[in-house]
Amino acid sequence: MAGAIWCVVEDDRKGTPKKVMAEVIGEAARLGGPVEAVWPTDKATEDGLKQLGSWGATKVWLLENPAFAPYRSEVWAGALAELAAAQSPKAIFGPVTSRQREALARLAARLGVGISADSVAFSMEGDKLVATRPVYAGKLLSKVTWAKQPWVATLRPNVFRPAESQAGKTAAVERPSVKIASAQMKFIERREEVSTGLPELTEAEIVISGGRGMKGPENYVILEDMGKVIGAAVGASRAAVDAGWRPHRFQIGQTGRTISPKLYLGFGVSGAIQHLAGMRTSKVIVAVNKDPEAPIFKIADYGIVADLFEVVPALTAEFKKLLEK
Amino acid sequence: MKILVAIKQVPDTATQVKIGAGGKAIDTTGITWIVSPYDEFAVEEALRIKEKRGQGEVVAVCLGPDRAKEALRSCLAMGCDRAIHLNDPAWANVDTLTTARALAAVIKQEQPHLVLCGRQAIDDDMGAVTAQLSEVLGWPCAAWIMEESVDADAKHVRVARQVEGGLEAFDLPLPAVVSAQKGLNEPRYPTLKGIMGAKKKEIKDLKAGDLGLGAEPPQLSIVALEALPPRPPGRVIPGDVPTAVKELVRSLREEAKAI
Repeated sequence: MAGAIWCVVEDDRKGTPKKVMAEVIGEAARLGGPVEAVWPTDKATEDGLKQLGSWGATKVWLLENPAFAPYRSEVWAGALAELAAAQSPKAIFGPVTSRQREALARLAARLGVGISADSVAFSMEGDKLVATRPVYAGKLLSKVTWAKQPWVATLRPNVFRPAESQAGKTAAVERPSVKIASAQMKFIERREEVSTGLPELTEAEIVISGGRGMKGPENYVILEDMGKVIGAAVGASRAAVDAGWRPHRFQIGQTGRTISPKLYLGFGVSGAIQHLAGMRTSKVIVAVNKDPEAPIFKIADYGIVADLFEVVPALTAEFKKLLEK
Repeated sequence: MKILVAIKQVPDTATQVKIGAGGKAIDTTGITWIVSPYDEFAVEEALRIKEKRGQGEVVAVCLGPDRAKEALRSCLAMGCDRAIHLNDPAWANVDTLTTARALAAVIKQEQPHLVLCGRQAIDDDMGAVTAQLSEVLGWPCAAWIMEESVDADAKHVRVARQVEGGLEAFDLPLPAVVSAQKGLNEPRYPTLKGIMGAKKKEIKDLKAGDLGLGAEPPQLSIVALEALPPRPPGRVIPGDVPTAVKELVRSLREEAKAI
């Protein structure tokens, strides 16, 4: 029997798969499946398991053990490798997250196979999988293929069409026993970021970004106000981060976060190559800048050449009107 | 304390890249090469650890063709003590795993207490070598660190990793592999004295055979490089601000269905 495509589950650390898993499962199904979820976690909820089934996983390999939390790559990679050796999946997919970009690279090394990180498309060419991934600051696309199975890949969030939830579809839950390596590294603490009340940058469907044109840290509040109205994350360009206006975790671009939202709104962002590297796969791009020559207008779907301090409050008011209807 | 920093030479971000003949690699004519920016954070952190302890050795390692020597020279100018250049045609089409195995072989010879890498090289943006290197070595690994401190007797390193929604701090027993995220430090510029001094520092050349490695076929290979599909042409919305804003919101709702 042909091996399955495994989707390694990213959860919210409270027993529920993140919605990015619908994208991973959706793509695995389009490639012909069979789709199986593998879930290393300290605790899975019944609803979480049902959710994986309703997205289209036919089986869930549940690796439930306190050792999986907090995440450490050495524990994850060992357990996944043992299960992979026993079950011979043809592919192992996971979303690009802080955990999986590390764990799946480590897993690929243990299995002695290739990894395609941050993939944005897949196709089957004959009996081989070919992945497409952005390279050189997103200026080119690289198509890559594997010498042997399992084909290990991480998938950029917000790029692949998510599987629809279908009531009544369920997954068989298997609880295989695997050896849990004792971790060499010791967890000390988790420091939560001060919550902005807005979505996480890499997970948001709408992202607002403020560049050098914001003129100072005190002005980001107008972007956050808009963010609250439309449910958007608020990020910044490197120029704004380097000026000390926003913490580094909000930086979008080559030396920051890579985002791919449904809608990107850039205010006072010039569109330097290194910023474009982090956002050019956004589906719809809006740019507002006083300078009509700003490079961001070259890739924007909609542009307004005007002072952002006039546009932002007017736009927030207009969004409010629309969404209150 | 001995620290090894693994670096990569990459095209400058601002450089135009064109697909070369054969369609699988870029045309390297006229490209400005730099040390990958994340690797500079790694070099800087290694130098700071050494300076803070008042002793130690920082060794820069790079796998790449002849031109990669310039990148190693930059690291020496920043203050690294010596460099190792993994330079062999057998490594012309390396993937991350082969790179990790080559680095691991050097590390077994050098036996550093700590290995620092950048979170990813900004050419192929794969970001896999750190984790794969730790796997080949069987060492603990922490990627994307924002903070680091090595304890007094060089037995442990405490790091804070950037994760979704915050930072996670861990203690790793040494030896360990960690990768630098932006925010870890602000890399120094080489001084004139540093640049002059770098010319006298050792860059050792190693071939695969020197490390007991054979030619391995890559596990991941490039089939083709492609230009980006063009984005549909956009439009600048004319009119005064209130008019343009109304039209933008209408377009986002009705045409783009983005809100």
